[in-house]
Amino acid sequence: MIGLEHYLIVAATLFVIGIFGIFLNRKNVIILLMSIELMLLAVNINLVAFSAYLGDITGQVFTLFVLTVAAAEAAIGLAILVCFFRNRGTIDVEDVNVMKG
Amino acid sequence: MSADLNIILPEIFLSVFAMLGLLFGAYGGKDRLASVFVWATSAVLVAVAAWIGFQGAGTGSAFGGMFVDDGFARFAKVTILLSAAAILLMSENYMARRDLLRFEYPMLIALACVGMMVMVSAGDLIALYMGLELQSLSLYVVAALRRDSVKSTEAGLKYFVLGALSSGLLLYGASLVYGYTGSTLFADVIAAAKGEASVGLLFGLAFIAAGLAFKVSAAPFHMWTPDVYEGSPTPVTAFFATAPKVAAMGLFARVVHDAFGGIVGDWQQILAVLSVASMFLGAIAAIGQTNIKRLMAYSSIAHMGYALMGLAAGTAQGVESMLLYMAIYVTMNVGTFAFILSMEKDGQPVVEINALSLYSKREPLMALAMLLLLFSLAGVPPLVGFFAKYSVLLAAVDAGMAWLAILGVVASVIGAFYYLRIVYLMYFGAEESELDQGGSGILWGFLVASAAAMVFGVVNLFGVEGAAAAAAATLVN
Repeated sequence: MIGLEHYLIVAATLFVIGIFGIFLNRKNVIILLMSIELMLLAVNINLVAFSAYLGDITGQVFTLFVLTVAAAEAAIGLAILVCFFRNRGTIDVEDVNVMKG
Repeated sequence: MSADLNIILPEIFLSVFAMLGLLFGAYGGKDRLASVFVWATSAVLVAVAAWIGFQGAGTGSAFGGMFVDDGFARFAKVTILLSAAAILLMSENYMARRDLLRFEYPMLIALACVGMMVMVSAGDLIALYMGLELQSLSLYVVAALRRDSVKSTEAGLKYFVLGALSSGLLLYGASLVYGYTGSTLFADVIAAAKGEASVGLLFGLAFIAAGLAFKVSAAPFHMWTPDVYEGSPTPVTAFFATAPKVAAMGLFARVVHDAFGGIVGDWQQILAVLSVASMFLGAIAAIGQTNIKRLMAYSSIAHMGYALMGLAAGTAQGVESMLLYMAIYVTMNVGTFAFILSMEKDGQPVVEINALSLYSKREPLMALAMLLLLFSLAGVPPLVGFFAKYSVLLAAVDAGMAWLAILGVVASVIGAFYYLRIVYLMYFGAEESELDQGGSGILWGFLVASAAAMVFGVVNLFGVEGAAAAAAATLVN
């Protein structure tokens, strides 16, 4: 029987993979965007699971909002990335280092 | 329904203005209209601020409590709108001369302001998220406004990645809070989160606090701040340092008091740790900086530490001191950035601190105004900045957190060093400064007005203290 906790574990695992993807990835900025998407989708699984468990529709409405915003966010992220590529000629994470901080 | 719409009328008005502006800009004159747009947008921002400010007292909530309009929200909104208008006016000349003035810029600022207004009025996790994202998405774009510069696009990219990460953390926390309380409305969350909170709820609270700490750039979530401040065009940096900080602190106060007001002890310790870390990191890391924009980044991290100290007190007095601190911080930063914007050599912007050497010989009045602002930022009595720090320290002591106040005093003594270093350079530097003389009239006006406010504000703080107290009373009861 698959219960709430299984969904939560899957979501937590995906979320942690997403965070590690951002911090450990040294190769490509596109992978950062994928990691961010993974985090947001993990949150969506969480919300839908809670929504079904509680018998409350709010969680699913929240999910739709998150999906919409995630799409807008990805669009802006890619646009900035294209500008960066035009200036720098590379999208390696190691080359995002003109300023050190 | 129409009562609901009435309450969010200022937000609707501002967003319609921004969208119409974008349409006119795209179909009409493109960037030829940009200058007009900047003036029009600042006028509209000031008008909306006046509209909200003179709306009178009273608390209303719209859409079943998702959007709250109370004294706290109005105080924060007026601060946000006025500072955004001031920054827009200061940026017009700078951007026009560097071919940066695009018509999207004022409209993006206006949209960011709508997002910030929703943030401070949020009464629901969904409204909180939507407001936060509207603000963040606009800011990612303006950070990368100088499309042909590696630094600016890199700043935009870094801001985007870390901002999206923080939104993800905040959302994960929001989903946990929803799951463990059964509602996204703050009014329901506070009813469920009383006494002994469940572990899931505490995790949710911690994630939300981490996400918001990113937005206010509190240590240890500050990594993006120096790079984004350095890389963005200076007017955009000035904007980052003012309005979004007020909005994020307002949102922080809103969440911890409206949603988690029943478990004060649990978030108090998180905020206290964030506050101490920010104050010390801001004070120590700023010492080695040679770029004045990076220095201002660390300065803003330290200042956020003090504002968080007020919030960590967990009392109405704490919120009052936080609001007062933010209002004074914004005033000081507007003046300081007016000075930074006017630092030029042969028409090119200069950001090296060493270039200010013996600036007082060249521009005695501007150097004096900057001296007052820097003393005020450092918290030297009897300037207004001292009273800002005094009120947060007092709030912490009254809440029984004397250790936090003592650490705050120590950090402010360390922090005074780098502010005084700039003053030292301006008055006793080695070689003559080669900066151009003067600046545009608007910059000069904001600089002098802000410095004068630091001096004459000591009489009664222009009544801001009373307004902040009334605002805090509507949030904490």
